[in-house]
Amino acid sequence: MDLASLVSCFGSPACVITQVTSGLIIGMLLFLVAAGLTLIFGVLKVINFTHGAFYMLGAYFALTIFKLTGSYVITLFGAAFGTALVGLVFERLFISRVYGRNMLMQLLVCYGFILIFDDVVKIVWGAEFRSMGMPTIFQVPPIFIAGGVVPPFYLFLVGVTIVIGVVLWLVIERTRFGKVVRALAYNPTMVSVLGINTGILYGLVFALGGLLAGFAGALAAPVRSLTPGMGFSILIESFIVTVIGGMGSIVGAFVGSLLIGLIRTFGSVGFPLFTDGLMYLFMVVVLISKPTGLFGKEIA
Amino acid sequence: MRHSLRRDITIGAIAITALVLLPLVWPSKALIDFVIRGASLGLFATSLNLLIGYGGMVSFGHGLFFGLGAYSFGLLMQRTGMPIPAAFVLTIVVNAAVALAIGAICVRLKEIYFAFLTLAFQMFLYSLIILWVPLTGGDQGLRGGIPRPTFLGIDLADQKQLYIASCVLLVIGLMLMRHIVASPFGYTLRMIRDNAIRAAFLGINVFRIKLVAFVLAGIFGGIGGVIMSLFVSGAYPEFAYWTVSGEGVFIIMLGGLSTFLGPMVGAVILLLLNDVVTRFTEYYGLTLGAIILLFALGLRRGLTDFLLDYWRQFRAARAPMQRS
Repeated sequence: MDLASLVSCFGSPACVITQVTSGLIIGMLLFLVAAGLTLIFGVLKVINFTHGAFYMLGAYFALTIFKLTGSYVITLFGAAFGTALVGLVFERLFISRVYGRNMLMQLLVCYGFILIFDDVVKIVWGAEFRSMGMPTIFQVPPIFIAGGVVPPFYLFLVGVTIVIGVVLWLVIERTRFGKVVRALAYNPTMVSVLGINTGILYGLVFALGGLLAGFAGALAAPVRSLTPGMGFSILIESFIVTVIGGMGSIVGAFVGSLLIGLIRTFGSVGFPLFTDGLMYLFMVVVLISKPTGLFGKEIA
Repeated sequence: MRHSLRRDITIGAIAITALVLLPLVWPSKALIDFVIRGASLGLFATSLNLLIGYGGMVSFGHGLFFGLGAYSFGLLMQRTGMPIPAAFVLTIVVNAAVALAIGAICVRLKEIYFAFLTLAFQMFLYSLIILWVPLTGGDQGLRGGIPRPTFLGIDLADQKQLYIASCVLLVIGLMLMRHIVASPFGYTLRMIRDNAIRAAFLGINVFRIKLVAFVLAGIFGGIGGVIMSLFVSGAYPEFAYWTVSGEGVFIIMLGGLSTFLGPMVGAVILLLLNDVVTRFTEYYGLTLGAIILLFALGLRRGLTDFLLDYWRQFRAARAPMQRS
């Protein structure tokens, strides 16, 4: 434990700015992954353990598309829609077979696919660490805020994620599609009786989750190194986020992601070896005091 | 469906004899290692099935007790130099105490929240092990080997004697758990799994029954950890990592959760898969993943469950014909 350096960090604006921005980066990437996870759980009642693999696929898609086109905008959209397509096919072919089945059976199917996706990535892109490199638009001198160094890409990442978060919220809360999806989460039989093809809708929700995870992967590609197991740790963290925020709540996912991001960065200053422990401790406290999470409702 | 204790003891004695004779028939170091690992994993998975299969409590954090057993036993042997049986009993006491404390908090929660809370506690223990370097050696684990002094003429540093000890522990552990699930307590536990509200109306203290099951599972899971720590002569943080819990769940799903020996069968299948697949292909994940899908989407249940259903269907198909 290193409380002295934590206190001295809070005393210096530069240190606070640096830690907050890196906390935001972690939080924003987590939010994109966790939002998809929580959406899929809320509507399909399936815990998608392969969600980390989608994040990984997004990052590797980004690697290839960026190498081919050199344009980061095309890369972002290509990776996101590529991953969404994988999600759609995956849901229609496999996940749709395990709806309503034992949660453990769903877990087992997903676990099988985690292993398969990891190995496929290993075969296609190799087992060694890969890195995409920073796109040229962002290769500019960092911005200084109160003495803290902030790379411009970080600002871009945070801005884009907030825009996506708002759009996602608007789509779910304000559009007809969102209304149908919410109805689907509440009573699928009724929705189907009203003449809506629920199968396609389930696929689309799953694809939307994949889209978000793939986008997160593409955003992470310039700042993270890519390995075939990279989905695992973000999967565990986004679980913590959804549990803390409440399963099925997008607002909860956002708040949870920010909290976890900040706990991680400030924890790494104050408790270098116990950062993960802090996260789990927080999760334990939330689960004991409010099992449904900060923004969650009781699941029937 | 009453199980007589005497029959169980006879079967247990036969099993021990067979396991002890096995290396004489087929002398191989690989076989001995395989059975010791199987004993450790089998006890662990069967204890987890007390919760999942019989109690309906899906724990994602059972690896906590595996790690705790390995670390408590290893530390007691390294630090105090007490005889092995004393360290073994103390380890059980530690596991029971920790399971009681954590269980009292966890078993109140339902389904998925129970699963996540157990996972959180396990990862909390894992973080403590990483953090507490002076005691646990941090991410290096308990190094320098665990002393295994001879007791009652038994020398567990000798691989063959460790083999026999593991087999005896496995069989006794399985018999005890068998006895537990066949007892009125076991039936009460299954009733709570099927309908907790009804059980409560009948005057059963649901919380207490679930808690006792949690403690018992923690104890037997810890014994699996003790065997593993004796086998590798150490304890490593990976023993307390969530992947151990995941492996336990996976074993149960492979072997089947509605038969008592399902997890044991699953443990053997997993070890065989590990050994065989890694020998023949470098694409371990791809192969194992495909096999998992075969079980999950093809058989749609564990192997023993599948065979049991198949047998019942076969009998049902035969029965009317005999009558007519």
